Amino acid sequence: MTVIEARPHHRFEAAGRPFVYLADSASVFGLDDAAEAVLAALAGGRCSRDELAERLTPVCPAEALDETLAELERVRAIAPVVPTETRPDRPKKVFPLTPFPVSTTVINVTNQCNLGCTYCYEYGDDRIVDTGRNGAPKFMTEETARQSVDFALRESGSNPVAHITFFGGETLLNFRVLKKTVAYARERAAMLGKGVDFSLTTNATLLTDEIIEFLAENEIGVTVSMDGPRDLQNRFRVFHDGRGSYDVVAPKVKALLARHRSRPIGARVTLTAGVLDVRRIYRHLTEEIGFHEVGFAPVTSKDARAWAIDGTGMERVLAEFRALALEWLEAVAAGRHHGFSNVRETLQEIHQGMSKAYPCGAGLGLVGVSTDGQVALCHRFAGSDAHRIGSVDTGIDRVAQREFLERHHIDDKPDCQSCFARPLCAGGCYHEAHTRYGDTTHANLHFCRWVRGWTDVCLRVYAELAERNPAVLARFETTGAAEPVS
Amino acid sequence: MKHLKAINAKAGLIERLVTPLEAPATGDEPDVVALQGGGPPQQPQQPHIPLGCSLVFSPGWEADRTGGTAGLCQPVERDLFDCHIGCFWPAHVPDMLNHAPDWTKKCAAAQKDWRKIDIVFP
Repeated sequence: MTVIEARPHHRFEAAGRPFVYLADSASVFGLDDAAEAVLAALAGGRCSRDELAERLTPVCPAEALDETLAELERVRAIAPVVPTETRPDRPKKVFPLTPFPVSTTVINVTNQCNLGCTYCYEYGDDRIVDTGRNGAPKFMTEETARQSVDFALRESGSNPVAHITFFGGETLLNFRVLKKTVAYARERAAMLGKGVDFSLTTNATLLTDEIIEFLAENEIGVTVSMDGPRDLQNRFRVFHDGRGSYDVVAPKVKALLARHRSRPIGARVTLTAGVLDVRRIYRHLTEEIGFHEVGFAPVTSKDARAWAIDGTGMERVLAEFRALALEWLEAVAAGRHHGFSNVRETLQEIHQGMSKAYPCGAGLGLVGVSTDGQVALCHRFAGSDAHRIGSVDTGIDRVAQREFLERHHIDDKPDCQSCFARPLCAGGCYHEAHTRYGDTTHANLHFCRWVRGWTDVCLRVYAELAERNPAVLARFETTGAAEPVS
Repeated sequence: MKHLKAINAKAGLIERLVTPLEAPATGDEPDVVALQGGGPPQQPQQPHIPLGCSLVFSPGWEADRTGGTAGLCQPVERDLFDCHIGCFWPAHVPDMLNHAPDWTKKCAAAQKDWRKIDIVFP
């Protein structure tokens, strides 16, 4: 007798109705009572059709059961159990076709910073590259920056637009080179008949009227690293003498937001122990400072650090995220803007049914360039020899890239195989894994509970939006510009 | 689909893929024809006449009742013609289009005349 089992999935409720998210295909289906009852029955473990029929008789007469089972099997929500020895071989890992175009090149124009944020992954106790000692220049030269632009345009392949993100250290410490690089990139891109798009991340301490004018005129997307109101911002985001940065940053950001209207400007908040008040931070940054969007990320650190968020802290972050996501839902369902960018990004992925073989575009569509022109997986690894995949003058090292792709594929993360959040998470950030486990191929198991909780929240918000205002979903059909880098 | 409703784009794709499998049979479905699966119709649908040794029941061909080939109700030599005429499997016969158009000229009936078939050297 055929025994049936459920494939990895997540059932959830939205707008008073049951839904399911199928991990194999990253699809979302609404369920009727019969389909819901079958999946609920199979949640207790595999069983035969007759056992199911017996258990579900009141909800689901025999004929309806067979019809439901057939539908669920067709969409691969369930499958007949076959003995291991006759199970077909797993399909081989599918690798992206190379040469895969680089859509975003993050150029670290300096590895120096005028702030001394204790939690910073670049300078703190968990840093990968000792920028003081590894011999790379503190500031990128004009020559290397030009080579980086040429690299970005060349490696963007058939893409019509190359995205260039300036990063640091504190990016604006090298504004002189940045300014010349923008001009050079525009000229080169025009010659090649390509578009070029710029963005940068800054701590905002060095913004001047001249710089703001330049950013606005050149339509440069700006992400400001800022942690919230004065007491929270000043906890870790301090100058080297320990002085808090809020009073320097706040007026400059307001000036930036007042002048720079050509691109939406977002804040990027690092959540740490004691800086977990997500809704208060969000209100301050949007209502009092005026940011268009605010995105949050928990600090990357080893467990023992003073700023590391413990399990209880992560539960609090999830509760705060949930509350803010529901606010987002109410606003968007009513056709208003809401700037909680974490929920928007995840909903876009859910809507498109994205199923990731890799957690992010690092080493594939996105690379980081260090001040000496070495190309690494992403900006967080810039300057690290162990994570190098090329250089701006020789281009992407396709052998190193292939080796990286072979080792980091989702199929090689056994812990992820039974998880319903796999299509969206794919094991999480390589840099986070490197910091925690000393191994970029490791799945970020310390975040699993959180990621599943957050995915559940986003699925509920998505399905509810689909019920209440499906027209809004159309905005998720196209992928926007390159995501901000943090 | 009756019990499931596609919500996101991926579910919509899956629905479009599986819906044809769900339609009840009307009798108007085209016959399943070997080597013609998938894609737009290549030619007008016509009645399909199965050909070839695997589709024709032809007893006593490979072995007789003793397991040998002496008492076959059809001579083994018939293989020669059945395969290349009936079964588009011409690998074992000479190239009749270019080099050996007359190789069966003296063989009116295979059962009787098979010994008269010419030996053809490529």
